[in-house]
Amino acid sequence: MTASPRDVVAKGPGTLPASASQSRPAAPLSRGRRGAHRRYVITPLVLASGVIVLFGLFFFWPGLLGLTYSFTSYKGYGPLKFIGLDNYARLFKDSSFYAALSRTLIYAVFSVPLGYALSLIMALAITNPRAKGTTGARIVFFLPWLVSPIVTGVIWRWMFGENFGFVNFIIGELGGKSVPWATDGNLALLVVIFASAWSGAAFNMLLFIAALNNVPVSYYEAAQLDGANGLQCFRYITLPAIAPTSVLVILLLTLGQMKEFALIQALNNGGPGTKNQLIVQYIYKTGFAQANVGYASAASMVLLVILMIIALVQIAVSRRAGEAW
Amino acid sequence: MVNMTPTTPAAHRPTPAQRPTDRRKTGQARRAVLPTTVLWTLATLVAFPLLWFLLSSFKTGGELFSYPLSFLPRTWSVDGYVRAWERVDFVRYFSNTFVVATVTTALTVFFCASAGYALAKYKAPWLSVLALCVLSMTMLPGEVILNPTFTVVRDLGMYNSLAGVILPSILTPTGVFMFRQFFITIPEELLDAARIDGARELQIYFSIMLPLARPIVLTLAIISFQWRWNDYIFPLIILSDPDKFTLQIALRSLIGAQNIDWSILLAASVISMVPLVALYLVFQRHIMSSDLGAGLKG
Repeated sequence: MTASPRDVVAKGPGTLPASASQSRPAAPLSRGRRGAHRRYVITPLVLASGVIVLFGLFFFWPGLLGLTYSFTSYKGYGPLKFIGLDNYARLFKDSSFYAALSRTLIYAVFSVPLGYALSLIMALAITNPRAKGTTGARIVFFLPWLVSPIVTGVIWRWMFGENFGFVNFIIGELGGKSVPWATDGNLALLVVIFASAWSGAAFNMLLFIAALNNVPVSYYEAAQLDGANGLQCFRYITLPAIAPTSVLVILLLTLGQMKEFALIQALNNGGPGTKNQLIVQYIYKTGFAQANVGYASAASMVLLVILMIIALVQIAVSRRAGEAW
Repeated sequence: MVNMTPTTPAAHRPTPAQRPTDRRKTGQARRAVLPTTVLWTLATLVAFPLLWFLLSSFKTGGELFSYPLSFLPRTWSVDGYVRAWERVDFVRYFSNTFVVATVTTALTVFFCASAGYALAKYKAPWLSVLALCVLSMTMLPGEVILNPTFTVVRDLGMYNSLAGVILPSILTPTGVFMFRQFFITIPEELLDAARIDGARELQIYFSIMLPLARPIVLTLAIISFQWRWNDYIFPLIILSDPDKFTLQIALRSLIGAQNIDWSILLAASVISMVPLVALYLVFQRHIMSSDLGAGLKG
């Protein structure tokens, strides 16, 4: 997922200098080698054919179709009627589109750091060699991964119910007033943020555990000799060492949050009202409930451009940080 | 004593390089207190929503909404489960979901392994393009282009059929790159030796390489099964006939009701999780030991 094709070429001969005949197309090839090279055209094609067909049918073709739709007033039936950039022009004046988009961005801005911190803290707690019962804790930490977004939504809706939820009950017991978790837009979004951090933490925790286990122990030993304290070790050894994983986790989290759908459908269905309607819900409603296929496709295209910018920025950042992507 | 955890406040205490052995044990126990407390406080916080949900599902319908709430049910009742089982056709939804999840998973593993192997062990310009295409799928998720995917599935004649849910979700970039990363680590010499022995290319793949990748096969199978079991958006747009619904869509109809019957909803949600939890307990050790990030890290 992270390596560009150029890396493939660079890595092959680097690790296996003795057998570079197949893995260095850039090198001048003798006639015999060229022949050997040609022999292996059919096999990779056969092996990759399934993925090529699936990519073409369910990714490339819908993408192209979506781009086409976005220039039409298509309603799901009949011939395509091209209307140029009308959809986009309307979209940029559509306040409910802006509302959904900005709500999604706010959601991502708050839920990504929380999800990142939670999964890192869980990984740190579990890789601490002095902690007891890590096996049991691992099983517990991993349980939310099994819970579907729909059920996660139900679980958190149940916890944060306004009249009968556990959280308001505790607040009431402590003498507080019941908090409008469902009827206040911002608080409702906060519950979604909690729920998404909870449900996504387990998988990212595994990525962090793998990264933390790869940090050489000798670094910490050396730092200890130099009298570094725990916080300094974390800041100057752990964080830089796991930086590539951090970038990856943040990227995966951001892309995931930008397309959040099932969780919020179950938790509050974008409510109260349409206050927390996120962008994919907006696309779904416009494209299916209202059958404005052309218009919804234009919204999809805008979202795709935003996602691509997010991904490219993060890849650029990680490149600048000297990471081999 | 090697102090290699820089992250807990306990590590602030300087560790004397040498200690008498008898004192080392008590010191060790004392230093374990804080990390262990942190760990299990976190675990409790993570587990609490699930536990509260599970315990609530065993309360009677009246007790669910009677203040003060109690953590354990005052009277244990399976009434919600009985009603949920009567109301929701679980057998049908379980079998639909099971078919979708297993068939998709098998195809995902097969296609991703083959493509990952091709990307790792053969070099050609078009393969680089393919790698870039698959990579772009992570940045441009297909779930976002809903209407066009729906059109394609409809035009293939698979609207309202399980095949229409299965086919679009087979290809996952994560799977392809997991296998690619794995096959890159297999020494080129092994491939050359097999070639010298006269093995044909596909034969090498199926009888040497694929068996070597067994851990990755299992890892991707577990991840993929979980994804497909919990999938929501594709089944939602492609299935219209309640008889073809998967579990998540069926649950959704309980939530969508004007007045949610929480007693049924709680029980039905718990039932829907049972198969995955059982599967997880069986493969727990594998999931935890495997480096799930293998394919994700460059």
